[in-house]
Amino acid sequence: MAKLKIENLTKVFGKRPKQALKMLEQKKTKEEILNDTGMTIGVNQASFEVEEGEIFVIMGLSGSGKSTLVRLLNRLIEPTGGNVWIDGENLAQMNDKQLREVRRKKMSMVFQKFGLFPFRTILQNVEYGLEIQGKDKGNRKEQALKSLALVGLKGYEEQYPDQLSGGMQQRVGLARALANDPDILLMDEAFSALDPLIRKDMQDELLDLQEKMKKTIVFITHDLDEALRIGDRIMIMKDGAVVQVGTPEDILTHPADDYVERFVEDVDRSKVFTAQNVMIRPETINLEKDGPRVALQRMRDASISSIFVTRRNRELVGIVHADEVSKAVKENEKNIRTLVKNEVPTVSLDTPINDLFELSSTASIPIAVVDENRRLNGIIIRSKVLAALSGSEVNSHELDS
Amino acid sequence: MNWIADLWRSFIGWLAESTEPVYNWFDGLLAFLPRIPFGDWIESLVDWMKNTEFIANRFNDLRDFIAFISTDIFLSFFQLIPPIIFILILTAVSFWFTRKKRAYGLPVLVFFGLLLIESVNYWNDMLLTLSLVLTATLISIVVGIPLGIWMGKSNRVQQIVTPILDFMQTMPAFVYLLPAVAFFSIGMVPGVVASVIFAMPPTVRLTNLGIRQVPTEMIEASDSFGSTSLQKLFKVQLPMAKTTIMAGVNQTIMLALSMVVIAAMIGTDGLGRQIYFAVSRNDLAMGFEAGICLVILAIILDRLTQAFNLNKMK
Repeated sequence: MAKLKIENLTKVFGKRPKQALKMLEQKKTKEEILNDTGMTIGVNQASFEVEEGEIFVIMGLSGSGKSTLVRLLNRLIEPTGGNVWIDGENLAQMNDKQLREVRRKKMSMVFQKFGLFPFRTILQNVEYGLEIQGKDKGNRKEQALKSLALVGLKGYEEQYPDQLSGGMQQRVGLARALANDPDILLMDEAFSALDPLIRKDMQDELLDLQEKMKKTIVFITHDLDEALRIGDRIMIMKDGAVVQVGTPEDILTHPADDYVERFVEDVDRSKVFTAQNVMIRPETINLEKDGPRVALQRMRDASISSIFVTRRNRELVGIVHADEVSKAVKENEKNIRTLVKNEVPTVSLDTPINDLFELSSTASIPIAVVDENRRLNGIIIRSKVLAALSGSEVNSHELDS
Repeated sequence: MNWIADLWRSFIGWLAESTEPVYNWFDGLLAFLPRIPFGDWIESLVDWMKNTEFIANRFNDLRDFIAFISTDIFLSFFQLIPPIIFILILTAVSFWFTRKKRAYGLPVLVFFGLLLIESVNYWNDMLLTLSLVLTATLISIVVGIPLGIWMGKSNRVQQIVTPILDFMQTMPAFVYLLPAVAFFSIGMVPGVVASVIFAMPPTVRLTNLGIRQVPTEMIEASDSFGSTSLQKLFKVQLPMAKTTIMAGVNQTIMLALSMVVIAAMIGTDGLGRQIYFAVSRNDLAMGFEAGICLVILAIILDRLTQAFNLNKMK
């Protein structure tokens, strides 16, 4: 049985929603209703099912009603019509007390702009959901710490949210949602406010966590790449209505209509994916700070034969090779500046994958991806380009190493 | 310059004379308008309330209650403390609030300012004024913050309360003195009542604003974890609104201070009365002494509440 079953879920913004509901049943379009009555259809008779333990991605452009839809699922916005069945109970018909119980035990939410409480420490933020359930202090702390450890934020308990970076703040948001141990996670554009690389780390981390936890996740995004990367199934929305539900494969190979087709035709991978989609986090050393010994150690740790050299502000200087560095170490040379080779192949963030393919097939060292200020954002290695071109997933887990 | 003014006056005179028939004709259109004696109506309403035993008794209870707080709690307590101890305590408190910023202006100001008040023999008047201001502020907070919260949560309440607050603030404060005397006779209590009416609006308004300014996502976060509305209020909305509310309380204190001279007209004792006497006797020295004492008290109260507010924000 499906974990979540949504039937004809509808939201009308306006003065006489019942009238608009009737007009929708008579198959009038969103525009007709807006012109005739001035009422806006937020979500139009959406029906779908979410299976237990899957990541269900709802994807659409802004204004397609996806954020409204996810708020209808936990009734942060009251539905105008339709049903939301959770484990066989209809959320749309619940009274306040039952609804609170579901929100406390069964589903929690992660927000685009994190929604953390600035006057509470990280630990207190994560404890919030348990605190309002009236759990005792020791119990609360234990569960919150467990949840923080899960997202890799051990040691930050006593900090305040504004002391953390965006990516870390969203980890706190995730930890707070997980602390209640809910069955269902609602994630509203949870990674959209993050930088591209951090975003990818978070996507990977979510997939890793999902391996362990097997939650039912409803994930909202406007980004097709993100949807394809993390979704077990994807639902595409347009103007408040469901256009297509299917696996990423289905969506790419059998688009339901022109709208979806236009979406996915852009996913000609070699054209759409650019350097920033396939780059990985580089190992670097700092020209101002690190010497040959550090360089050698890092290369050994990462099992690589060359390492990029940057300044403190991440500006790319060049590359050093392992053989030369180890020679310098033997000669007890302290300065690394003389070893740096300045000729490094570089590309910009939006270089298409096709061009990368040619470059990477001739280059003997990784290609550096730099932004307009020549700051090193990532590196390209050949196997990643091949993987992306062949259609297997972009930026896989080895990135962590 | 004079010839320009003369020329202008003769021009206006000529204009008035020549347009008089037109003016009279238009004036005749309103000849039927009777005088609407709404002043009398308000007066009879006040008289009726005074003469209705039940209402009059409630006002008496209120008077006793306010007198208890202002005179018996604040004033009697302050008078127990010898001035030098009082000065040292306040200096220490202000030092504590500002310790993290290492700015020692406030403790210095408190110490020497209060010493000056003692040296010109206005210590007891200052205590009377302080009691009046603290009582008015306390009542404003106890009534104003819950009202502000209610406004913040309901648009309907906001629509009703906002014009009342506007009325309370724009009506000249002198006018409140009349009904205040009618219901509470003279002395400290009507002074407190007039001050509360005049000084409460900022606390209400800024509480309302503070509650409404809490970002939607935080409200949603709180709701999505299943908070009751009281949990949401005390764990999210009030902590988020705290600095704004404190700014309102600070404004209330300042407005209450600005009422002390006016309240002196109905027999409220304190620095305000000294200033009022000085004006009626044309005594410049006395006026400035009492006036500067009031300024010192105002600055100390303002800086102390602000420092308290900043201190609370970690």
